[in-house]
Amino acid sequence: MTDAATQIKEQITGNDVVLYMKGTKSMPQCGFSSRVAGVLNYMQVEFADVNVLESDDIRQGIKDFSDWPTVPQLYVKGEFVGGCDIITEMMLSGELDTLFTDNGVVYDKDAADKIREANG
Amino acid sequence: MPMQAKDIEDLIRDSFPDAAITITDLAGDGNHYAAEVVDASFKGKNRVQQQRAVYAALKGKMDGAHGELHALALTTKVPE
Repeated sequence: MTDAATQIKEQITGNDVVLYMKGTKSMPQCGFSSRVAGVLNYMQVEFADVNVLESDDIRQGIKDFSDWPTVPQLYVKGEFVGGCDIITEMMLSGELDTLFTDNGVVYDKDAADKIREANG
Repeated sequence: MPMQAKDIEDLIRDSFPDAAITITDLAGDGNHYAAEVVDASFKGKNRVQQQRAVYAALKGKMDGAHGELHALALTTKVPE
């Protein structure tokens, strides 16, 4: 079984957008993971979800890999973007839209605007 | 073993002696806090770098299944 770091490298290079989370995109099992997965789902972003609860190696491996102690963790084009707080801030400020556009990631702009309107 | 707001502030203060630190207890269970850290050292750093520095200050209290602190909503800013 390849070690966690190799698996992680394959996952984040093999998919444009990867979310390491507790649970799955349809069945998140933690509030923070659920929020980020929810935003991505609502924005119709295609992403690979990796359930860290299924593998302690990945759960610890991803924290070592990014030197970031918590999950969820979002990766776009192999780059660590942030956890729940940062993604929420970037979402509300529009930086997430820019990041996706710059990286050729398809998303629903109207949905993004609706989230911002809802958050006043 | 839950943590007290003061413990968190002291840990962050160790690494950021001049920072303005605000800890908010979100759930009263010693496990869910929000922290805002305003420090000049964040200047020129992006959010990930800023927050990574604060997590490092917490010296492993956060991570792992046994991490005392389950949730810390973190906001970092550069002083105006």
